[in-house]
Amino acid sequence: MLIEIDGLTKRFGSFTAVDRVSFNVARGEVLGFLGPNGAGKSTTMRMLAGFMIPTTGTARICGHDVQGDGVAARRALGFLPEGAPTYPEMTVSAFLTFCAKIRGFAARDLTQRVERAVGLTRLDSVLLQPVETLSKGFKRRVGLAQALLHDPPVLVLDEPTDGLDPNQKHEVRALIAQMAPEKAIVISTHILEEVDAVCSRAIIIAAGRVVADATPAELQARHPSGKLDDVFRQMTTEPV
Amino acid sequence: MRNVFIIAGHELSGYFATPVACVFIVIFLVLQGALTFNLGGFFDRGQADLNPFFTFIPWVFLLLVPAITMRLWAEERRLGTIELLLTLPITQTQAVLGKFLAAWAFCAIALVLTFPFVITVNILGNPDNGVIASGYVGALLVAGAFLSVGAAMSALTKNQVIAFVLAVAVCFVFAVASYPVVTDFLSRNTPVLAEIARRIAVIDRYQDFTRGVVSVRDLIFFATFIGFWLFLNAVLVEQRKAD
Repeated sequence: MLIEIDGLTKRFGSFTAVDRVSFNVARGEVLGFLGPNGAGKSTTMRMLAGFMIPTTGTARICGHDVQGDGVAARRALGFLPEGAPTYPEMTVSAFLTFCAKIRGFAARDLTQRVERAVGLTRLDSVLLQPVETLSKGFKRRVGLAQALLHDPPVLVLDEPTDGLDPNQKHEVRALIAQMAPEKAIVISTHILEEVDAVCSRAIIIAAGRVVADATPAELQARHPSGKLDDVFRQMTTEPV
Repeated sequence: MRNVFIIAGHELSGYFATPVACVFIVIFLVLQGALTFNLGGFFDRGQADLNPFFTFIPWVFLLLVPAITMRLWAEERRLGTIELLLTLPITQTQAVLGKFLAAWAFCAIALVLTFPFVITVNILGNPDNGVIASGYVGALLVAGAFLSVGAAMSALTKNQVIAFVLAVAVCFVFAVASYPVVTDFLSRNTPVLAEIARRIAVIDRYQDFTRGVVSVRDLIFFATFIGFWLFLNAVLVEQRKAD
């Protein structure tokens, strides 16, 4: 298991954002992380990335506890935070070089890593532009390139296709599908067709709790209409 | 250590990627020049030293250093880039140190650019360059002390204006802690605090350097002062990064 999450809980005061979430993701799996806004998707991903400290529970990446052995865990992780934040005044090339340096690459290796990530996310045309001048789709791809730089065994992508046009969405999905066999990938999304397209498994989370964990096909069978939309609505609007 | 320097380099190039660096350095030099030559009476005194120059430096830093530090963490949190930075395989301490060192190096660059003062005074007279050198060391340490306060204040809030005002206020307290206004008041009410105030005053320690005295006690003071605020900075980042 490359990702192990065990009883992860996050409370903000009296509000419980994530409530005892547990799941594992093995190599070769693409897990779609679904849920309405505010259900706790981003919070769970932040805890998995070691950015937020869980109130209780643990998460491990490649066997490294994200709190106890955070640096080792983060070395094995490619993380795209919500909204794909990047430093606005840096150029794409400077930004990726900085990330690659921090990841411990140098000289030829560094150049090759950056080139590879740029190639995968098709950023060639904007390499020398400051990030703030880029369109939303390009910004998202810069964030994605940063997550792929070190070819990590674990990818956690918070809404990787948000803000992309249909062609770009298709490319990103193709990229995820292509990387899937060697990696454990978690993507959060609002787009249910995406789950069908790339995910081998889906978890639906509502009010901080996991309400379903199954393959897309199994989920579809849970509603007479056979549509993921209907299943999603049924599961996330039911009083919890 | 490698990571600290990569972050410091990244931060430092960030200053120069925006007009921040240029504006800061120009204003610093103009202010420092105006204060030294006009208010300080550099020429009228007829003495070959940089005392007027060093007298004003802490006050100029008091105003300008918080302007550098206000964005350090507040900006990262507002843009959300803190989530990116702290999910890279680095420790929080490395990030705190890297940012501080970059800001400190930037202040050092600004100080180095005041070299025409040194040349001027050497042409006009025969100054004790040892005293000038120790004055510069003191000025750099004051900058470091104010930077460490400012960085911690920046970690406290997402709002740069609040970070700036808090940093100026806290730095001011440490600057004037040994002034009679403060100590007289304190010794009338709580003599213990007056003694403490005298000992933690940044300006008092700095004045030793401007007289050419570099003492281990003062160096330890600055190291402890900066260390304390950087520690606080790390704690605040840990506490508030995800808010």
